[in-house]
Amino acid sequence: MLKNETKKMKPEVMNPSTGSAWVYSRIVKDHFFHPHNLLLTDPKQKQFNAHGLIGSPACGDVMRVWLTIDQASDRIKEFKWRTFGCASAIAATSMLSDMVTERGGMKVDKAMALKPQDITRRLGGLPNRKIHCSVLGDKALRMALNNWFKKTGQYERIVVEGTEIIDPITKVTEADIEEAAIEGVSTIKDLQKRTKVGIGNPECLPKAEQLLRFYNEKYFGKQSSE
Amino acid sequence: MRALTKYYFDYAATTPLDPRVLRVMSPFFNYSFGNPSNLYALGREAEQAATRARQTIARTVGCAPSEFIFTGSATEADNLALLGTARALKQHGNRIIVSAIEHKGILSAAKALETEGFEVITLGVSKTGLVNPKDVAAALNNKTILVSITTADSETGTIQPIKEIAHAIKKFRQLHDRSLPYFHTDATQAATHLNMLAYSSVVDMLTLSAHKLGGPKGIGGLMVRSGVKLTPLMYGGGQQNDLRSGTENLPAIVGFAKALKLVVRGQEKESRRLTVLRDRLERMIFKTIPKVIVNGHPTKRLPNFLNISILDIEGEAMLLRLDDKGIAVGTGSACNSQTLEPSYIIKALGLPYEYIHGSLRFTLGTYTTRESIDYVLKYLPIIVKDLRSMSPINLKVTGNKKTLSLPVAFVGGQTPHFVRGKKHAQK
Repeated sequence: MLKNETKKMKPEVMNPSTGSAWVYSRIVKDHFFHPHNLLLTDPKQKQFNAHGLIGSPACGDVMRVWLTIDQASDRIKEFKWRTFGCASAIAATSMLSDMVTERGGMKVDKAMALKPQDITRRLGGLPNRKIHCSVLGDKALRMALNNWFKKTGQYERIVVEGTEIIDPITKVTEADIEEAAIEGVSTIKDLQKRTKVGIGNPECLPKAEQLLRFYNEKYFGKQSSE
Repeated sequence: MRALTKYYFDYAATTPLDPRVLRVMSPFFNYSFGNPSNLYALGREAEQAATRARQTIARTVGCAPSEFIFTGSATEADNLALLGTARALKQHGNRIIVSAIEHKGILSAAKALETEGFEVITLGVSKTGLVNPKDVAAALNNKTILVSITTADSETGTIQPIKEIAHAIKKFRQLHDRSLPYFHTDATQAATHLNMLAYSSVVDMLTLSAHKLGGPKGIGGLMVRSGVKLTPLMYGGGQQNDLRSGTENLPAIVGFAKALKLVVRGQEKESRRLTVLRDRLERMIFKTIPKVIVNGHPTKRLPNFLNISILDIEGEAMLLRLDDKGIAVGTGSACNSQTLEPSYIIKALGLPYEYIHGSLRFTLGTYTTRESIDYVLKYLPIIVKDLRSMSPINLKVTGNKKTLSLPVAFVGGQTPHFVRGKKHAQK
């Protein structure tokens, strides 16, 4: 197994102007230098029907995806993206965009089930230490699909990971409330407008309000409660 | 010359061997191959060559030949300075003072000493990368046995106020009528451009490395003033006054001496030449690329260093795009390091992580010309523009460097992995 791994890691690409071997596979290199499905100009309103953003500039990787989903066939027709990150992060998002849109577009359920390994396999492997931070594309994709589920009222299809669900119906999470707070939301009304929290499920509102107050205090001091 | 050498901007990592150095080294591999410890002709020949090399180095560094110990690397010299003095002086005190921007050879050795019961004080630096001599003075107490502050760090090349720090230490010694603490400086990066005589005269120990100044790899050295108490790291045949056992690496020692001699001979002229080139690179980058900041001190910097952060894009991606054009640079980005941690030196300047991920280090040297600079200036703006066009973020250059990252970046516990572990460790 060790032998196999070293074989996989062995550079197979030559740099044309330096003649030296490259650190990533040929496929990674191709996607890094010639990424597919990049969104180069800012999108117009309603150009896409779903949007997702994941990662953080502090961690060193941020991915943003825009999707066009055909609701009738439940397939992803368009996947456009932008990525801040290293070569493997850029290549991985580019590869994902191909995987999701090839052959008439991937079924939404299949896209929701994509794993980082599915992407790295198609890339011809990545150095082990690179996998966990650079392959965030699947998460960005799930986030975009979750957003689309919300928008289209398909709450039962929402899958939440890594944070607490505050409203089990609309699947609004603590992270959603934190993000809203940072972006200036300070009243429960504005929060509802933004996240649909508690719509049809008012029992969760006290908790949502409490979290909103907590994050307002955390990021902006005490002024909101005074 | 290979094009790769022409567009090499990583002289802080290592330098190509000067052909004149190679020439003086070659007889010592298989012609004059003797062991300096032996008395017959071949041994004496080797011993004489070693002595001559030692004298040359001593003269340029400003010490007696017996005050210079050859080591296998600058890291070994740093280790010898820290571990050697600490272990020799443990009955006199246990405090060691270092700065946050020291080479790993210092910081890792200091960490090891902590497990042996020593107290390590790590001094922070200003946002321009300077150690404050007053901070050093404030950290001194009568248990302090050693202060180690780099002459210039390896990421930004910021030149530290060594004379002022030495003065503060001297004053402390006089006031308390002690011979301690010793003062050590790692001059590995600085030796190419600064006159070592001015530094060796105010410190007790000084680290050098040959491969940073056109010499061979695998040889470094520690100047140790006579009277400084030191325990060796290597035990064996008692070479080099019993302080560094092991057969002397004669070809490397001869090469080290020649390289140092050549560097010192042309030092002022070369420093002026590189300052002009570096300043041109800096000026033109700022002119052609928006949202760039300089890391380190704006003026108190080694003439061959330029460390910048280019916002909204990531260092490894830039490095690989530049590499595609044959240009070699360094970056402090986490993605480029084996440990996936961003540069601790740039972090010590108080910059948020997203600035560190976008950092690039250009270090110039012997084969850098105006043409090499213009070659970079031709491609870098295109590469930056291209990578920015695919970046989803658009950060603002803020004067307030204290804020660590955008809060929105940490929503839902998305703390960077390199911070997460540490938080746990603190608890």
